[in-house]
Amino acid sequence: MNKLLNSLKKAIFDNKVIALFVVLCVACMAIAETSVSYIAAEVFSRFSRNACLVLSLIIPCLAGLGMNFGIVVGAIAAQISIFFVVHFGFTGLGGFMLCVLISTPLAIFFGWLVGKLYNNTKGAEMIAGLILGFFAAGLYRLFVLYILGGVIPFDDPNLLPRGFGLRNAYDLTGSLKYALDDISFLNVCVVIGIIAIVAAVVTSAYAKKKGQTVDKNGAMKKVVIGAAALVFGIVGRFIPMVNLLFGSSRLILTDVALFGGLALIVYAVIKILLSLKKGEKKLGKLIAMAVAGVLLMAGTVIPAVREIYQAVQLPSAAYGVIVLFCFFNNWIMETRLGQNMRTVGQNRGVATSAGINVDKTRIIATCISTVLAAWGQLIFLQNLGTFNTVQQQDNVGLYSIAAILVGGATVQKATNRHAVIGVILFHTLFVVAPLAATKIVGDSAISEYIRMFISYGVIAVSLALHAWKTVAKKDDKKANAE
Amino acid sequence: MTKEKFKKALDVIGIPRLIVFCFLLAIVIVAYVNGIDVKSYLTSTMKYWGMWVILVLAMIPTIKCGIGPNYGVSLGIVAGLLGPLLSIQFNIAPAVNAVLPGFGPWAAMFFAMIVSGVLAWLVGIVYGKILNLVKGSEMTVTTYIGYSVIYLMCIVWFRAPFSSGEITWPLGGVGVRNSVSMETSFGGLLNDVLSFSIFGVEIPTGLILFCLLICFVVYLFFRTKTGLAIQATGANPTFARASGIDVDKMRVKGVALSTLLGALGIVIYTQGFGYLQAYTAPLQMGFICVASVLIGGATMNKATIMNVIIGTFLYQGLVIFTPPVSNQLLAGTDISDTMRQIIQNGVILYALVKSKGGSSNE
Repeated sequence: MNKLLNSLKKAIFDNKVIALFVVLCVACMAIAETSVSYIAAEVFSRFSRNACLVLSLIIPCLAGLGMNFGIVVGAIAAQISIFFVVHFGFTGLGGFMLCVLISTPLAIFFGWLVGKLYNNTKGAEMIAGLILGFFAAGLYRLFVLYILGGVIPFDDPNLLPRGFGLRNAYDLTGSLKYALDDISFLNVCVVIGIIAIVAAVVTSAYAKKKGQTVDKNGAMKKVVIGAAALVFGIVGRFIPMVNLLFGSSRLILTDVALFGGLALIVYAVIKILLSLKKGEKKLGKLIAMAVAGVLLMAGTVIPAVREIYQAVQLPSAAYGVIVLFCFFNNWIMETRLGQNMRTVGQNRGVATSAGINVDKTRIIATCISTVLAAWGQLIFLQNLGTFNTVQQQDNVGLYSIAAILVGGATVQKATNRHAVIGVILFHTLFVVAPLAATKIVGDSAISEYIRMFISYGVIAVSLALHAWKTVAKKDDKKANAE
Repeated sequence: MTKEKFKKALDVIGIPRLIVFCFLLAIVIVAYVNGIDVKSYLTSTMKYWGMWVILVLAMIPTIKCGIGPNYGVSLGIVAGLLGPLLSIQFNIAPAVNAVLPGFGPWAAMFFAMIVSGVLAWLVGIVYGKILNLVKGSEMTVTTYIGYSVIYLMCIVWFRAPFSSGEITWPLGGVGVRNSVSMETSFGGLLNDVLSFSIFGVEIPTGLILFCLLICFVVYLFFRTKTGLAIQATGANPTFARASGIDVDKMRVKGVALSTLLGALGIVIYTQGFGYLQAYTAPLQMGFICVASVLIGGATMNKATIMNVIIGTFLYQGLVIFTPPVSNQLLAGTDISDTMRQIIQNGVILYALVKSKGGSSNE
């Protein structure tokens, strides 16, 4: 019993930031007395919008650059691309893909510049990134408000009503709004299946060519999963029942919970049976998986939970992209480049003596992050539907970084798990805290202050804690040396 | 040979300062050519110089004690807002005026300065202790502490228990309104002392003298034993420790002095502006102060009072002269905010690159 208590204590202490925010969220929910289904719907839609931006922070963090406030620059690249795509009248998915096509080289170029800057301000990347965000936003404003139409001739009365200077807000309805979200789940399955198969084949071929050992088991697994998704996506549309449930672009959480839970149970049971046959004893995780599956399914029967489930609609394509981002982050860390990044992140001196080009590795990490951030901003804007042309990028870095820190990330360590948990918690608090404050104070004007205070406060506290730990460690070392 | 000399001279002046100076000169010339009333804008430049110079001066102690520019001066600013508010709340100016006619505003101003100063000193000590825990990442931490404190105080201002009708929301009866008029207490007090005009440019003598006085006091402070110890701490902490200086204590003193100057600065700013602005108005002030001192020629670890005086003048001149000129060139626009954003942050970035940041992890 004591042992259990101790391990519980340790678990809470290890996840103290998360625990603190869970308590805060629950307290705010209790005070606000809003329906849970409203909060759940809001949080899930915010999740699909913001997760990709947050996931773009992980790679530079592992490369020792800290929290990359420079993702603002990626967001700016995305906004410029949207602007041109709207001007030339492209709409729908084609227009969205064109945005991706335009924004990627732009983001790579910007990322390269940002990386150069970071290499010149080693040890102060975060403050440099923050100021760079403001600086870049200033240049962007100069470009869209004065140079476009003012210096460069540009005729578009719809975008530039005065002949120069972009209009303040632009409605993307009918052009890019929901361009990605409107893809049906079955199509998403096809795309993900193809990507999985191609990725597996390419990596093993590449490894073979380089003479490295080929992870045949892993590759096979990827191919099988990819093929399953592909077959499901293609065959599914001819089966009326499946087409009815999964043919639409937005899945209702009830269905996802039902079938997801079922899949979890089946997977866990098969695994358990297999490992029992082999005589392995470690089954805790698998049993937990099965229980989670049962709970998910049970939720669909309980009316209160079912109501929440029914309120939530998941845009399947956005979630598909989030999954791909997570896989990408994991995959790159397994490659040679990723290993180099990790080494650079841990100790630049060691990395240099191991023959790694530190500066180049850091620039590549920044470029990847900037590109991912640009795509993330595209996903954000196509979901939101209104494009606040001049200031849209301003809070991108702030909210994303606050979110990942809430999820338990530190300046030196961030994973997909931190990002996912962080986005959920941070945005739950973002939704409920103003409601709770309004209830207490009786005035809604205060909610903006509370949101900003939470965001800045989270970053301030976690940066201070990190710096404190670093200083303490240094002092320890010094004391030991003496 | 000459090329080298030229390069050296450029290094001494610094590229950003040169660019900013040329830019300002060009703008003034364009303004003059276009028939814009240069004199009235020079008048406001003088006024704004006086309003900002003490806030910028707050950067000096932290730079000298090795922390770098104090982005968190906003802490001192929000603490400094309380003094003027209390002096209005307690009706200091009218009360003293009833006894000693004419002295009311002075009493109100000094009351505000003392209250703000004491509060800021205490806040600064706590703040300095926090900064001692985070050595090496002061800049990032101060920025975010500054931001979060401003928003925390926004929540406080919103429902603070003030009862004076001049402060509270017109309908609510509590809190602090968006901008509180200083007319009944000490608005414009220093500006009007001994002010005269020369060639149509109005000189706020009292304000300038008072600011120069405070600059001089700070200058003298850095000649005292404590001041020298603070400078030694910044120049070489190891050496300072070896010669028996308590480095951490000196850093706390530097931060406290900076916070105090920030509080005094906002009191002076408020009297010059004529309105007290709580809420998000101080948000960008920290960055403006940092940029001003850097334009004046300071670096991340070296600054003089001359840097402050020159830098504030250049920065404010830029901010004040750009709008009319841009309006002339592109009718109906105000490019000044965008230009300010670019120049201000560009200067800070340049200084960061020049100082090469820290170099932990190597």
